[in-house]
Amino acid sequence: MKLLRMKPGHGEIVLAEGDVDVPEQEQALIEAFRRELDTGMWAAVPTHSPGSRREAELVKSFAEVPRDAERVIFFPRAAGGALEQDR
Amino acid sequence: MALGLGTAAILLVVLLWELARPTLSRAFARVYAIWALQRRASAPAGYDPGRERRAELRARALLRSCIDERDWAMYRDLGFLRVWGAQGEHEGGMHASYAYLIYPHKPLVAYVPQTGALLNEYCVAFPDLSRPYGSSRLPDSDDVLAKWMALIADERRLVADANMHLPGRQIDPGRLRRDLARLARWERERAARDAHGSDLVRAPRGSDRAGAAERAGADRLAGDPAGSDRVGAPERTGSDPRGADRADTLHA
Repeated sequence: MKLLRMKPGHGEIVLAEGDVDVPEQEQALIEAFRRELDTGMWAAVPTHSPGSRREAELVKSFAEVPRDAERVIFFPRAAGGALEQDR
Repeated sequence: MALGLGTAAILLVVLLWELARPTLSRAFARVYAIWALQRRASAPAGYDPGRERRAELRARALLRSCIDERDWAMYRDLGFLRVWGAQGEHEGGMHASYAYLIYPHKPLVAYVPQTGALLNEYCVAFPDLSRPYGSSRLPDSDDVLAKWMALIADERRLVADANMHLPGRQIDPGRLRRDLARLARWERERAARDAHGSDLVRAPRGSDRAGAAERAGADRLAGDPAGSDRVGAPERTGSDPRGADRADTLHA
């Protein structure tokens, strides 16, 4: 599993990567996951099952992440309105 | 006599030094400032003009890996994504009672697919307040992906977080209607191409079949002079800088 974070001026960066079946690696993933949520990021898991459309789900804890998920993508939380330079 | 002349010479030098010192120090400061500016300008670790482009390329690759191939083709060709609404009378999908258009760094636009009527603009942004590299804006395709994921996963929450306005607040309604017309034309062309391609290309089997059919259709369009007024072609050379122009540039 990879934890990715969208970053202005860079694209996504890999925050952590590991096997959830290995306790030490899972712990590192959990810590990285919590760190991102603590900074106010949203976490989404892209999902895809054969024969269906690709979707995504927002997760609020590492326990909600499917064990077979390949990626969790963090992005800044939504804020109403547009940036000043967009107007 | 010699002692007197020596003393006078020393006094003269000291006097001249005292008179010239302010001018000399100003000149030295000016030369140092110019040297420092030139050094800063030629330093390799300053502004990187390729950073945004590389960021956008990464973002496009991530977006492509997360959404359906059809949606990716829509974004690549038209510059926006269409997402069916899931909260209306009908389930999400092509018979949904409303849908959204997702533009990079622009509001979500809700509309009625059956009539093309524009409903609302939902102004929403994903500002990264840590401002790496001095900007809080995600790359365009990351912004689109963030909106897509949030909309697909929790439409109600995203809409609740957004500021709702009537159409026309930020995006010109005329442009939206043109984009809806482009989308309709793109879907017609794609359906025709897929149908024609599947008739022609029956040999490939398995997972490569659809791709081969699509490639065959694309080849036909590329070789067909009449194809120049088909999907997205006018926009590629036209005035819309968001869509195909940018896609071509980035893939160049």
